[in-house]
Amino acid sequence: MEAFQFSQASTVNSALEAGRSQKETKYVAGGTTLIDLMKLNVETPKKVVDINSLPLAQIESTPDGGLKIGAMVRNSDLAHDETVQHRYTVLSEALLSGASPQLRNMATTGGNLLQRTRCYYFRDTAYPCNKREPGSGCPAIDGFNRIHAILGTSEHCIATHPSDMAVAMMALEAMVHLQGSHGERSVALNDFYLLPGSTPNRENVLAPGDLITYVTLPPLAKGTRSHYLKLRDRASYEFGLSSAAVAVLLNGNRIERVRIALGGVGTKPWRSREAEQALEGQEASENNFRAAAEAALEGAKPRHDNAFKIELAKRCLTRTLKNVTQSASNE
Amino acid sequence: MTKKDESIIEIAEQEQPSQSETPGRFTRRSFLTQLGTASLAVTTAPLLHSAPVQEPEPATEVIPGADVPGAVPMVLNINGKEHPMALEPRVTLLDALRENLQLPGTKKGCDHGQCGACTVHINGRRVNSCLTFAIMHQGDKVTTIEGLAQDGELHPVQAAFLEHDGFQCGYCTSGQIMSAVALLKEPCGQDDAAVRECMSGNICRCGAYDNIVAAVQSARRGA
Repeated sequence: MEAFQFSQASTVNSALEAGRSQKETKYVAGGTTLIDLMKLNVETPKKVVDINSLPLAQIESTPDGGLKIGAMVRNSDLAHDETVQHRYTVLSEALLSGASPQLRNMATTGGNLLQRTRCYYFRDTAYPCNKREPGSGCPAIDGFNRIHAILGTSEHCIATHPSDMAVAMMALEAMVHLQGSHGERSVALNDFYLLPGSTPNRENVLAPGDLITYVTLPPLAKGTRSHYLKLRDRASYEFGLSSAAVAVLLNGNRIERVRIALGGVGTKPWRSREAEQALEGQEASENNFRAAAEAALEGAKPRHDNAFKIELAKRCLTRTLKNVTQSASNE
Repeated sequence: MTKKDESIIEIAEQEQPSQSETPGRFTRRSFLTQLGTASLAVTTAPLLHSAPVQEPEPATEVIPGADVPGAVPMVLNINGKEHPMALEPRVTLLDALRENLQLPGTKKGCDHGQCGACTVHINGRRVNSCLTFAIMHQGDKVTTIEGLAQDGELHPVQAAFLEHDGFQCGYCTSGQIMSAVALLKEPCGQDDAAVRECMSGNICRCGAYDNIVAAVQSARRGA
């Protein structure tokens, strides 16, 4: 691992100051992505700022009935929070399906949003990678790409976004709150992530030195049910090949409102408005669920090893919709 | 002949009589340590004879590691004891435990947070010590496998792993035990499937999982 300067920040302002004092500065929170990648020389920051003492570890209800989650709230604390478990079930389920108990005790809300891809070529500096070194090429497109994305890809990058938490937050229409040299700003999570296009090295709208301070979840309409289902090569402690996050409000057997996001298949956590539009106003039936899944995957672009993900993602979404609407009608 | 060599030999000489006094305390690790120092003593013996005899240096308050370029002074609380030391910021907690504090019970498996062999507790919560820098844990209370037994009594989870033969080669065992001890206080369902899920961050390549689950369940019943 390359040597670096280290400092600790106890306030947001001192973190921001340290963050903008030098280029190639990284904030370290849980460290589960950053330190892993520093060992691989994929990340080589000149300066590391420890933000574990920042007062951003609270989960608070907002006056409108939503939730405000500090960037330093650990994944395990968020998953086991009573409000999250009852009101935002999909988020608790997604968090508990990710990583291991040890990693969830370390990983933070802000850090999870910034998780880097598990693309083998990105993680191995012996290979070129447009995400690591813009313009160097993408060996995944014609290489081993079983775990790679089928939605949102470009000719420059097909790396999958690995987070489960972010997929659930996408279905919950989360807002990300940032602070940086231009003050405070808030971005819808869907706009926070960027598609790879010709600049896969830019994964989100963060400017150098920007810090995620909070994530907020808007209130859910009373009676809304939500659910996360993740499919993977082993039953636990594995990244998803396909996952689905659904929040749905039924009126009788009619779908009044639904929010859908897919994981394991997109270059970013994948909100599917196509599937939502196919379902809203329709009966909750297996045929309609399948039609929504077809709509969600219509633009999918498979590569040599990952064509199976198209059918897997369709079945994953269909099953998730079936599970969540059944649990709602059994109430 | 460097100063460092002398100090190692000095330790070897001190350890020998105490070992003959208490043969029952002879452990695998003390054997290996003795083997290493004994062979060092043999290979450096001629040098030792030709070197002028020096008085041992008076004990000074030098922080271990302070002579390493880029090392930063810090205090780590490990198993209830404060350890003043100096480390480079890039030293992980795992490496600090094993290489600097001579606590090799915590194991290095993958070194990338994928196997769980390096599991320790920080302020009572289990974490992967390979994915965190030691310098980030000043003021925290770190517990390792060496800190579980109290007054010579094994922790109930350690005893359960022995009773249920919850290991084969033993390399993942300290991580498994640290995870299981933390699990006792975590929300985890009652059945074996729930234990398997809660223990999934610890890989056992020997495949001793059935016995590990039995040990964890036995310890939970006693807890």
